[in-house]
Amino acid sequence: MIQIRDLHKYFGPLHVLKGINLEVKKGEVLSVIGSSGSGKSTLLYCINGLETIQKGDIIVNDIHVHAKQTNLNQVRQKMGMVFQQWNSFPHLTAVENVALAPKIVKGKSKAEARKIALSQLEHVGLLDKVDAYPNALSGGQQQRLAIARALAMEPDYMLFDEATSALDPELVGEVLDTMRLLAEEGMTMICVTHEMSFARDVSDRVAFFHDGVMEEIGSPSQIFGAPQSEHTRKFLAKVR
Amino acid sequence: MFDYNFHWRPVLKTLPDLLDAALLTLEVAILAMLIGIVIGLCLALIRLHMKGSLYWFATSWVELARNTPALFQLFFFGFGLGAFGLHLSPYLIVLTALSFNCAGYLAENFRGGFLAIPETQMRSARSLGMTAWQAYTRIVIPQVFRIVYHPITNQIVWCVLMSSLGMLVGFRELSGETQFFASRTFRIFEYFAATAVIYYVIVKLILVASRILAARLFRY
Repeated sequence: MIQIRDLHKYFGPLHVLKGINLEVKKGEVLSVIGSSGSGKSTLLYCINGLETIQKGDIIVNDIHVHAKQTNLNQVRQKMGMVFQQWNSFPHLTAVENVALAPKIVKGKSKAEARKIALSQLEHVGLLDKVDAYPNALSGGQQQRLAIARALAMEPDYMLFDEATSALDPELVGEVLDTMRLLAEEGMTMICVTHEMSFARDVSDRVAFFHDGVMEEIGSPSQIFGAPQSEHTRKFLAKVR
Repeated sequence: MFDYNFHWRPVLKTLPDLLDAALLTLEVAILAMLIGIVIGLCLALIRLHMKGSLYWFATSWVELARNTPALFQLFFFGFGLGAFGLHLSPYLIVLTALSFNCAGYLAENFRGGFLAIPETQMRSARSLGMTAWQAYTRIVIPQVFRIVYHPITNQIVWCVLMSSLGMLVGFRELSGETQFFASRTFRIFEYFAATAVIYYVIVKLILVASRILAARLFRY
């Protein structure tokens, strides 16, 4: 379970997250929507410990992520992260991209790591690209590679930061399909997304962020059918 | 009109000596490069990540090495230090001057290489649970190495050619040896022509080796 309590985040004088309270249960798929600059992505970075926080608490599997004695490298292994820019490692082949972290972070043997990598590449449908370098892959394939790379660490949670925003329109589908597959398999996911159809069809709950505040959270039918907040209504009217 | 008589015999007779000197040239250039790479890497990292006196030290090094004639740097380590009672052997003068110069140039190559790697590479590596050290050595450095590979090759060439300044401080590398024989036999043109060919071949070999190595190293 991920618990977020009264989370405040500042970038200098800029108050980016203004007291977020949120719980994500095991097996839940949460979509986070809202306009750019509303703090959605920053929330993910805070959960992962890639950004520091100024106030509040984030607890993942009973571990306080931002406590001094916490080993972030261990916490991060439990949380796979997929970025907007897919960030494949260009100097490694697809299978090496996926096998590297299990090998050097978890200490798996070369053969074991490769086996894990191959099964995850199959998982995301890239088994025919095992020995390809990222520059020979399309954006969609590279994003699926990034998903496989995160899955290879056997995370309890997957955090998606606008995973399809930088993709060509015709490549968005394959990545969403992969995310959908993970959701069906019962992965706990937090997806910051601009894909409203994905948020509506796949997630258990949808949260709407506006100006650093979580204005509304509820089931997709609630948020999309009967939004309570004025900001939510305006946002949805624009993206529809 | 053109009545110069070429005499190649003295050159051929002393060719083994010239080739020995060429090996010395190569040795000092390669050593200076290795030292330059290590120091250059440190200077680049200091300039990227540190503040205060270390930063100013590194920056001054880079500025002096790049913005003053290499010859003056050589004279500094030769006659400059000599004025303070520190007398280095000709070999050491050339080695330190070349290392100093190369480190300055390479530092900027490395710095550019590091800046060319998007910060997101580091982020995604860390998000997989890698330590900062692992992310640096496994993800960042290999990519930087590819970026600086060809500039490094360039620097090796420059280093080999610049070592010829060594003859001005009495170092008997290829140019110094050539000068020595040329003034003893007065076959100045022949000696320096032959030496130019030797330099050309050395550099050509370095470039070919570098290209072959690059093809093996960089598959992407």
